[in-house]
Order: sequence, then structure tokens, then C-alpha cells
Amino acid sequence: MIPASFEYRRAGSVEEALGWLAEDPDSTKLLAGGHSLLPLMKLRLATPGVLVDVGRIPGLNYVRDDGDHVAIGALTRHRDLEVSDVARGHVPLLAHVAGQVGDPQVRHRGTIGGSLAHGDPASDLPAAVLALDGTMVVDGPRGRREVQAADFFRGFLETALAPDEMLTEVRVHKAPAGWGFQKFNRRAQDWAIVGVAAVVNGDARVALVNMGPTTLRARATEEALDAGANIADAAARAAEGLDPPSDLNGSAEYRRHLATVLVRRALEEATAARG
Amino acid sequence: MSATMTEDTPAKGVVGTRMLRREDPALLSGEARYVHDLVVPGALHMAVVRSPYAHARVTSVDVSGALGMPGVAAAFSGADLAGEWGSAMPCAWPVTADMQSPPHFPVALNEACYVGDAVAVVLAGSQAEAQDAAGAVAVVYEELPAAVDLEDAASDRVLAHSDLSSNRAYTWELTPDADAVTRAFDAAAVTVKERYVQQRLIPAAMEPRGVCVVPQPFGGEYLVYSATQIPHILRTMLGITAGVPEERIRVVAPSVGGGFGSKLDVYAEELLCLVLSRRLRKPVRWSEERSEAAQATIHGRGQVQEIELAADTDGRVQAVRVRLLADMGAYMQLVTPGVPLLGAFLYHGVYDVAAYSFTCTGVFTNKTPTDAYRGAGRPEATYAIERAMDALARKVGTDPAEVRRRNFIGADKFPYASAAGLLFDSGNYEGALDAALELVDYEGLREEQARRRGQGASKLLGVGLSSYVEMCGLAPSRVLASLNYVAGGWEAATVRMLPTGKVQVVTGATPHGQGHVTSWSMIIADKLGVSPEDVEVLHSDTAVSPLGLDTYGSRSLAVGGTAIALAADRLIDKARLLAAHRLEVAPEDLELSSGQFSVRGSPSSAMALGALAFEAFTAHDLPQGMEPNLEASATYDPTNFTFPFGTHVAVVEVDAETGKVDLVRYSAVDDCGNQINPLIVDGQVHGGIVQGVAQALFEEAVYDDDGNLLTTTFTDYLVPAASEVPSFSLGRTVTPSPSNPLGVKGIGEAGTIASTPAVVNAVVDALSHLGVVDIAMPVTPERVWRSIGAAAPGTGGGR
Ligand SMILES: Cc1cc2nc3c(=O)[nH]c(=O)nc-3n(C[C@H](O)[C@H](O)[C@H](O)COP(=O)(O)OP(=O)(O)OC[C@H]3O[C@@H](n4cnc5c(N)ncnc54)[C@H](O)[C@@H]3O)c2cc1C
Repeated sequence: MIPASFEYRRAGSVEEALGWLAEDPDSTKLLAGGHSLLPLMKLRLATPGVLVDVGRIPGLNYVRDDGDHVAIGALTRHRDLEVSDVARGHVPLLAHVAGQVGDPQVRHRGTIGGSLAHGDPASDLPAAVLALDGTMVVDGPRGRREVQAADFFRGFLETALAPDEMLTEVRVHKAPAGWGFQKFNRRAQDWAIVGVAAVVNGDARVALVNMGPTTLRARATEEALDAGANIADAAARAAEGLDPPSDLNGSAEYRRHLATVLVRRALEEATAARG
Repeated sequence: MSATMTEDTPAKGVVGTRMLRREDPALLSGEARYVHDLVVPGALHMAVVRSPYAHARVTSVDVSGALGMPGVAAAFSGADLAGEWGSAMPCAWPVTADMQSPPHFPVALNEACYVGDAVAVVLAGSQAEAQDAAGAVAVVYEELPAAVDLEDAASDRVLAHSDLSSNRAYTWELTPDADAVTRAFDAAAVTVKERYVQQRLIPAAMEPRGVCVVPQPFGGEYLVYSATQIPHILRTMLGITAGVPEERIRVVAPSVGGGFGSKLDVYAEELLCLVLSRRLRKPVRWSEERSEAAQATIHGRGQVQEIELAADTDGRVQAVRVRLLADMGAYMQLVTPGVPLLGAFLYHGVYDVAAYSFTCTGVFTNKTPTDAYRGAGRPEATYAIERAMDALARKVGTDPAEVRRRNFIGADKFPYASAAGLLFDSGNYEGALDAALELVDYEGLREEQARRRGQGASKLLGVGLSSYVEMCGLAPSRVLASLNYVAGGWEAATVRMLPTGKVQVVTGATPHGQGHVTSWSMIIADKLGVSPEDVEVLHSDTAVSPLGLDTYGSRSLAVGGTAIALAADRLIDKARLLAAHRLEVAPEDLELSSGQFSVRGSPSSAMALGALAFEAFTAHDLPQGMEPNLEASATYDPTNFTFPFGTHVAVVEVDAETGKVDLVRYSAVDDCGNQINPLIVDGQVHGGIVQGVAQALFEEAVYDDDGNLLTTTFTDYLVPAASEVPSFSLGRTVTPSPSNPLGVKGIGEAGTIASTPAVVNAVVDALSHLGVVDIAMPVTPERVWRSIGAAAPGTGGGR
């Protein structure tokens, strides 16, 4: 439970953080809320030589109404997102999901940037951002680029971010209605055994938590809905083509079953919410 | 004797009131100091190198790599330390004369017998340096086959220790009348035969263990700080095992953050810190980490139970027959073999049963040793009988409440001599059942259940009962002798009044969260007419309270509290003689009220205890032959156990699609005799219920086939939190115990004993119309989903 020794640097700006990251990207890690990284370090599953603490960089904690979309600073804490009026009004799915992450302690420390950059298939916010078809704003030595959520989550703890890049902002389209979220766990504070974020606004996007190596879309369900299937029939296909993990909380078979139930419930919620 | 449920009994003094706990401000503000908080300059930190194999020969241990690491002062293998031990680690409960117990040393000599068994230690200037260096100790293992599954281990297919000829450590039987049992089963119209698995549990006290041994600069003594429930027992055992004269060891338990039995033990790390501080002449300390605690601190439960009931067609039970396999783990810890015996007498529960048979075989496996865990033996017994009673109710087609009613030991039968050989002190089991059913609106729930089933609702309702009795207040020393336990069960106390009228109470009980300080001061406040704040309670330090047998088995109040009351009475007796002398009257003419002796009939002639304490201190004018000071001691050895009882009712909603169980309501009516502080009783019941719910729904120490523990973090080992339980409806009946002058019974374990079967019975009840009769613990959503699918194919459940 004691991490291997490391050097700690506190960045005052994105430029400073990127500069230190560039010095030795492979053994340097950004530290935001620390609630994914520090547990790995304590178990010595991660042993970075240098930690660049970005947590106190000013100006990166915001939820802003940008007209057709909402922009969220990478250092926005889950709790700030949960109670943000802008988020509640324009992307209530995101505010709601932020309120479902872990426990109050985690929500007051963890950041949306850290949650997305970590690329954990069991995390909730990536599924919400994927269902909202969000855009990641990434800064790095080669300048700024934007990555669609659909291209961002690559594999287990793997994203489109290069080791020398930093995620600075997330943008999501406004979706005030037509959303549903289902998180199935055994204790309120736990990660999802399976989770579902659904957005139904004309077309339907259904994203799944913990149904594969990374955050995924339930493509078969989405296609069925596009083709006019009813919710129950479409949801029955939620796990098609997916290879969810087996662990102490549930076998792959059980997760497949849960996905069908939870996708149905999330879609029912979404359509009911749309009225 | 009263069966009516009480609001708190109106209190005449402080006892019986809901006084806030005196210890809480320090605990809540962070002022309390735990072992890890102690600042000890110059201390070496110990890290333990542990076997990654469940069973392996330790071929070689090379510590030279560690010795070269920064800050490292020393490192030792088991062989390096072999000369330090006066004896192997202690087991105080050899339950049978022929019990097998392989020698257990703090660092394994040449065979590691579970994942976590120590194979080397490293000492360094900081905890981080010690842990870094532990990774540099080179150990060569030759892996051996491991006995992991309990029933498989019992077959001796694989031996858990290569120098044992069988994994079976002992077989202990309690069958007072074998013929009667056989006759009852032969004649039974209805029989029930059930098999239940008590999964292993990880105690997970909020504070992991910690030890710090400081050799004293003068006198060659050792000051041992340990996060322990048993400083007194620990001192004796440390002396014997480490070969240090007992009087040279002082054990202090600072604030201790919970134990639940897991700190009722003598652990390798305590012994290691002592002998290493002796060897290196430096303070040596060790603080357990959470994942380390999962495998290096004892586990609880771990049994396979087979229970049979013989009954008539009305469901009246004539005989109970029980066969257990009990998982000892790799070694016998302090009371490992005796844990099943604490339940052995209680498998007929609260029911009037004429014939009884119990057999238990203790079995070694290559897993963490088991030992006492909240309830120790009694939760297992209550689970088996209460689940079996529901099975019986189903078989004879009767409501579970009714089948219990038909079998209760009647309130008029106490003291009740049980077929298993105990004398139940007092009880009114039907009274507690009635009160619990009323509290939860049982009839209304049954109607709602039927309504939901009729509508095919996806949220099914289940109601589960558990009526329990337990034996606690451990224990009459003579009974312990008959069970082969090597210590007694008494408790010691001293009460002294200081010159200013303040009171010091010395107790041999060892609080670690229960609120002894509050309860003891309340007892004294009423006895001596002082305010509770004027009472100082000294405890948990063998130099201050040299005599004691510590805290476990819901014994502190019934045994230790009684000792306090008796010592106070003796102090009063002495004060009465002094008052009589000063007031020039006969002692019999004095009456004591609110701390004041006054002369019967002439109340103006009076003396307060405080003033008498001063007189006794100055000793200027004492009666002939009276010694100075108001101080008295008592050692109380109980004449019987106490037998708390009650009924708990759990109400669950089961999501038939996902299998998720929500505990939506819970009512508990407990009877612990007289209550010193009902608020503390509530707290014990709350925590107890949740700990039992944890076994029913959440917790399990899971091992893989190779004997690796998979649940070493709180992400995998699911301890429920407040969000997983509803607000509890608590009620109480008060049936004082005739066995002690306070009329108290004990409440530390009752909640845990009662709640597990109530919850599982509720889940099975919710699904019974589908044909589900049992679900293994913990009742996970997936298990529920699978059992629905297996019982009712086509309903959507999995198989
Ligand atoms: C007990 C517990 C329970 C939890 N339960 C849940 C849950 O139910 N659902 C859930 O979704 N999450 C849960 N979490 C995770 C939590 O939400 C984390 O806070 C979050 O996943 C990571 O955010 P962070 O700011 O703490 O990131 P950190 O731990 O600081 O960093 C995580 C990773 O992202 C990188 N990183 C951080 N910020 C950036 C950035 N701006 N640009 C590039 N890389 C970056 C870091 O280098 C690191 O590799 C839980 C955590 C804990 C400890």
C-alpha cells in the first residue's frame, strides 16, 4: 500500500505540464484527482518516475454553455458537474451520471478528464460521453486536436491520448431530454457490474459500461432501433457480439443478461423522459 | 418477567438512560491514539515477507539482497529466528485429548502452509524502506499440492501439512442420549435434512492490527503496544512463547478500532516485534496493511453444516441432529478449534427439543487460520436451525411464524434444562416474536406479498424470520474446564474513591469500541451517588489493571460489569462501617441514598461518601483495625452463561429480472435483560445486524483452486455501508437474567447472530412460490438470478 518512490512536480499551467511531460513521456504521469492513479500506484501496478500534478492548474474547472454544446474543463470534479446548473439544464445525463460515481469522497476528488483519460471500461462518465457523442479537446507538443468519443476509447486502459498529450476539455451536444442511465451494482458505492447510458433524440445511442475491454456502443441494439424494432426486441440484442469480462461480481453470461435488461430499462427511461 | 415491549424502562438514576458515550468525543475528533499513531523515536519498522503459495516447501531464504537496501537494519529467515522461541505459538483450546495441532511458528521454518504465511522479516528505518527491501529477499519455494476446499480436505486427498497423517484435527461429539435421537428419527412423521455452507468471512475491523514493542531503558522490561482485545491473555502468552518472564512484559492496548474477535488472538507479528526488540535492543513496530490484513488476520466462519430435524405432522420438532465440518485453516490460532463448540449447544435454537446430537470435525486446509468472529459458533448454529425451521414450515405447510410458535420453549419453563445440557436462565421467546411481528406489520406484509405475486410483479416481496437464543457472558470457569479450555472465565475489578470524592474504576475488560467507560461510569454513578463524569475508568494496561480476562463473547457487562458492581458494594460496606463510627450509630441504622449515609429516622445526621473518602484517606480517625482509603476489589466468576434472545424480521424486495435483493425493512426485538444504556444497546444491535446482513448478502473470502485469496481489497470484499440497509425498527423486551445481580445478559453479538438467517429466509420466501428453497451465501444477484432460472425455467432466470 506504499507506492514506489517517485518525483512530484506541481504544474502551474498546461504549458508547464506539457513541457515536463515531453521530457520523459513514458515514465511521467499526469495526476488529476488521483482516484484512479493512486490506487494503482499503491498496489505498485503503476510505478511512474515523475508525477506531474495538474490538479491545481487554474481555469480548467468549468461547465460552460457554448451555444449548441456544453464545454467542460478537464479538471471539473464529478461533484461540480453533478450540481452544475448548466449541466443539469442542457445535459442532465452527464450531471446525473457524475452523481452516480463512487461515493462522495470520490466525487469530490475525481475529475472528468481523469475519468476519460484513464479509459477504464468500468467507469461511468466515459459511457455518458460516448452516448452523447462528445468531443475531446487534446493539447500536446504537436498542438491542439479534437477527437470524437467514438474514436477515443481504444482498449483496456487505453485511449487515443499519446503519452505526451493532455486532455483539456470535453464538449457534448445539448441533450436536455431523451436520456436514460442504468447502473447495476451490489453496493451504492461500487463500480457498475454493468451500466448503460442511452440517448434517444431521433437516432439512438446506447453506450455500455463494463461489457468489454473498453467503453462500447450496443451496436446491435442501435441498429435494431434504427430499423424500427421496439424497445424490448432491440434491447434483447444488447450483448450481441460482445465479450464481457467474468469476475467476482458476475460471470460473462450474467453480464450479457444484465445488459439486455438494463438497456431495455434505460431506453424506456429515455423515451419516457422524452414524453 | 415481562413480555411487553418497552419504551426504555423509566430510569431511577443514570442506569437505563440514553447517556451519550463518554468516549466518543476523542474518537470522533481524532484525539484518540491508535498504535500506528504512536511516535516512538528510533523504532525499526518490520515488514513481513509472505508466502505467495498456499502450500510449499521453503527450500532456501536469502536475505542478503534486502540487507543491502537503503535503511535496512536487519533481516531474518525462519531458521535465523528458530532459537528465539520458548515454544510454538499458543492454542488455548485443545478441544479433545487427541487433537492434532501442527507446530506453528511466527516465521515458517521449512514449510509454508497458506498464502500469507510468513517466511522472512525485514527491519528498516521506515515502513516504506522495509517494504521495498522485503521485495529483495530471495525465497526458493518448491510448490506442494494444496488442500483448499473444505470437504475435499476432509477426504485427505491432499494433506495440508506434510508431517500430518490426516487433515482431520479432531472430532468432538455431544450426544447426551443417542438412543433417544435414533428413536425420534425412526418415529418421525416428517424429517428435514438441509446442508448449508458458512462461507469464510474477513473480519475487516476499521483499524487493522498494529504492534510496537519498546524495550525499556531501565529494568530490562518490554512495553508492548498492541491493537488487541486481550492485553492480559497476550501478556501471559507472549511470556511463554517468547521465553520472557511474564512480569517483565507490560501490554498496553491504546485506542483499538474494533476487533470482532479478530484481535482476540496471539499473532505472529506480536511475537516477532517482541523477540526482535529483544535481539536488537531497539523498539520494533509493525502496522498491518489492509490487503495484508485480509490474509494475515484470522477469518471467521468456514463450515459445512448438515442439520436434520425429526418432527410430527404438525411440525413439532422432536429431535435435532447436526454434523459439521469446520475449516480450521492452516494452523490452530488461540481458540480456533473451540469456535464450533460455542455453537454446539445451540442448534436446537429457541425450541423445546427432547433429543439432540451434535458432531463436529475440525479440518486443516491451506488457507488463513479461522478463529472467533462476532458470534463465534452461535451465528452458524442459529443460521442452521432457523433456515431448517423454514424448511420444516414449507414441508408441513405452515406459516414460518406459526411453526416457531408451536416449538418455542414456553415462558413458564425457565430455568430450562436443554437436551444439550445447558440451563437457559430466563426467556420469553413468544413475547419477542409477537412484538417483532407487530412492529413490522407481518399480516400486512403477507397480504402485500400475495398481491404482488397475483399481479406477477417483477419486484417480489419476501419476509424472513429468525428467532434466536445465544449463550454469552463467557464464562463459568468450571464449564470452561469441562470443555478443555485452558483459562477461566472470571473478571476482576477495583473501585477506589479518591480524597476529593472522585472515583477510579479499574477493569480487566478491554474496550475496543463498545463503550465500557460509559457503562461502567453509569453503574458506579448510581451505586456511589457521583456523576458519571467523576468516574475515571482505567483499563487495557497490564500495569494499571494487572488482572483481567479481557473482552469477547459478550462478556464484558455480564461478567466485568458485575465485578464492578460487586467491588462498589464492598466499598460501600467499608464506608458504612466508617460512617457508623463517625456518626456513632450502628451500621445497620444507616441507609445509603444518592451517595449519602443517613441515620434512619434522623436524616439530618448524615455523611456523604465523598467526605468519608477523605476521612479514609487522612486516616486520622478510623475504627479500630480499619485500613486507610476507600478501595475494594472483586473478582466475579459467573455461575452460568446468560441467554439473550429475540426475533428479527427482514423484509426484502427481489428484482426477478436482475436478481438484485434490496433489504427494504428490518425489525428487531431483542431481550438482553436489564439495559444499562439503551443507546449503546441500539448501537450494538445496529452494527450487529449489518454485520449479519453482510454475511447473508455481500461478504465472502473467495479462494481460487490454488489457494490464492482473491478478495484482498475492499473493491472485491464487499463490506456493506449505510446505503445498503434501511433504517431499523428496534424493539426490546426485558427479561432480567437471574444469574447475575445486575440482571444483564449481553448484546454485543446478538444482531449478527439473528440477522443472517432472517435475511436469507426472506430471499427464499420471496422466491418460494417459484420453487426456490435455498440460495448459497452470500446471496449475490447472480446467484438469485440463477436460482430463479433453475427453479422456474422460462421465467427469465439463468441456470
Ligand atoms: C473507491 C473508488 C470508487 C470509484 N467508483 C467509481 C465509479 O463508480 N464509477 C466511475 O466512473 N469511477 C469510479 N472511480 C474512479 C473515479 O471516478 C476517478 O476519480 C476517475 O476515474 C479518475 O479521475 P481522477 O481525476 O481521479 O484521475 P487520476 O487518478 O488523477 O488519473 C487517472 C489517469 O488519467 C490520467 N489523466 C488524468 N487527467 C488527465 C488529463 N487531463 N489528460 C490526460 N491524462 C490525464 C492520469 O495520468 C492517470 O493515468 C472510483 C474511484 C475510487 C477510488
